[in-house]
Amino acid sequence: MLKIWSMKQKQQQAENAEGAAGKKKKKVTAAQLRVQRDLQELTLGSTMKMTFPNPDDILNFTLTIEPDEGLYKGGAFHFSFNVNQNFPHDPPKVKCTQKIYHPNIDLEGNVCLNILREDWKPVLNLNAVIVGMQFLFLEPNASDPLNKEAADDLRQNRDAFKRNVRTSMAGGTVRGVQFERVMK
Amino acid sequence: MSPIDSPLRWRYLHEVLTKPGPFSDEDWIPGPETISALESSKVLVIGAGGLGCEILKNLALSGFKDIHVIDMDTIDISNLNRQFLFRHSDIGKPKAEVAAAFVERRVKGVSITPFVGKIQDKDEDYYMQFKIIVCGLDSIEARRWINATLIGMVDPEDPESLKPLIDGGTEGFKGQARVILPTLSSCIECQLDMHAPRPAVPLCTIATIPRQPQHCIEWAHQIAWQEHRKDDAFDSDDMEHIGWVYNEAHERAKQFNIHGVTFQMTQGVVKNIIPAIASTNAVIAAATTSEALKIATSCNPYLENYMMYAGEEGVYTYTFEAEKKSDCPVCGNLARKMTVNPKMTLEEFIETIGERPEAQLKKPSLRTEEKTLYQRFPPQLEEQTRANLKRSIRELVDDGEEIAVSDPAYTIDFRYRLIFS
Repeated sequence: MLKIWSMKQKQQQAENAEGAAGKKKKKVTAAQLRVQRDLQELTLGSTMKMTFPNPDDILNFTLTIEPDEGLYKGGAFHFSFNVNQNFPHDPPKVKCTQKIYHPNIDLEGNVCLNILREDWKPVLNLNAVIVGMQFLFLEPNASDPLNKEAADDLRQNRDAFKRNVRTSMAGGTVRGVQFERVMK
Repeated sequence: MSPIDSPLRWRYLHEVLTKPGPFSDEDWIPGPETISALESSKVLVIGAGGLGCEILKNLALSGFKDIHVIDMDTIDISNLNRQFLFRHSDIGKPKAEVAAAFVERRVKGVSITPFVGKIQDKDEDYYMQFKIIVCGLDSIEARRWINATLIGMVDPEDPESLKPLIDGGTEGFKGQARVILPTLSSCIECQLDMHAPRPAVPLCTIATIPRQPQHCIEWAHQIAWQEHRKDDAFDSDDMEHIGWVYNEAHERAKQFNIHGVTFQMTQGVVKNIIPAIASTNAVIAAATTSEALKIATSCNPYLENYMMYAGEEGVYTYTFEAEKKSDCPVCGNLARKMTVNPKMTLEEFIETIGERPEAQLKKPSLRTEEKTLYQRFPPQLEEQTRANLKRSIRELVDDGEEIAVSDPAYTIDFRYRLIFS
């Protein structure tokens, strides 16, 4: 034990003056620090907005995507982001808070985006996730369906799919399911 | 003379502690002093499960006299094959208490103090009383917590505040033991990248084209549960919940003509169980305990600092020195002290840190653990925190509190502990 302590003393002498002393207080967590940095480095553009119900809690927020082109143009889609203390080792949990008709988003709001699950890596950041989310609205993808009916529609008849998107966005019923009105 | 007082009882241990060996340090003084150093060392064992049972038994038989143990769990029937301090009649009782009582009964003269609860329930004062901490945990989260806590406790003025952390871990036939000297050597956070995450199956595979029985279970667990029982919080220890998931998974497997969904597999998938091997636990626990003995007595050099063990194909072990990460968010980049006038506004404070030579921050964002002080982007958050700029430091930060500063111009972040002048 003595040996270990003399190592510490040597280290301390080397960096002296810089040492942190004083009473211990709560430290900013690694996850908070990383989110602070990620937020600062976002490129949001005009189609995306973020809201923080509690500005002191940057780990929980909402992202609103308002596509200005593509099939979903004119809608406003809300996603809740929940970042846990294991971030960036765990991906953020993202859910759509509205019931929408989309091949890659199920009726419960689960989102099928590879980097939110199997392809998440700690080097990815919130910006990558947000770009990925935006892409889902520009290019809905029938090969990775989470809403199978919507994916079938998209694959088989693009025009019918387009009509269904418009109907659902206006709060109408598609294949017996009533959707939420999401127009701006 | 009872066997407890017999000089023969610790004969072999004392052999090691009263004579220098070929590897012992030149300055080391063998003899009674070393023995009493061992007997007076208070050790904390975190976890009283597969590894914990072995560690407790080993420490007691290595001559430690004052051992504490923390575990929040109760005993389950599936523990009994390897957690040998527990009997059938103990099912449902807290692991820490049963394990402590068992070892105290078997090894006379040792005192074991159990605590039933989470490690997070205890504060720094509690951890400060121990000389060494030995972990037999199954979660990365708990390891990171104790690691960060011990690093935060190190006070350069006080040798007693540096608590060596000995961490054991096993998964099937693989295991590892490592010695962490908080702030001195590579810490758990530095080594986090070495953990390969469990491969996740794409949600869309689970939702649409399951190929394996596990996919059906994941579907029932994650999707069907959400659809049908959204208001029930899923509890992996509730048999009714597991049963429901099993039935749903079984139905789905039938639809896709997949065989092999069993109740046991369902339990394994939803609880993330990897089978535990008793002998792997024994090997790793033995390694951690001998490190504890060596550190407490200085009788031989301790592990520097990582021993891996692979038992799935023959036996292989390898020891190497994991390096400290200079940008480790926990042990690298520790908070520097900064004296500030608490009457200064946040805006003025930001100007002063812009002038500090090591920082020269242009567009910093700042926070404490509790508060977002000022965040420049996204605009919504900037608006919400802008009012703070005109407020005084005293209103926003406590004396001695830590702030974290990041700036897009730098890839690293800065931490400062603010001391009011």
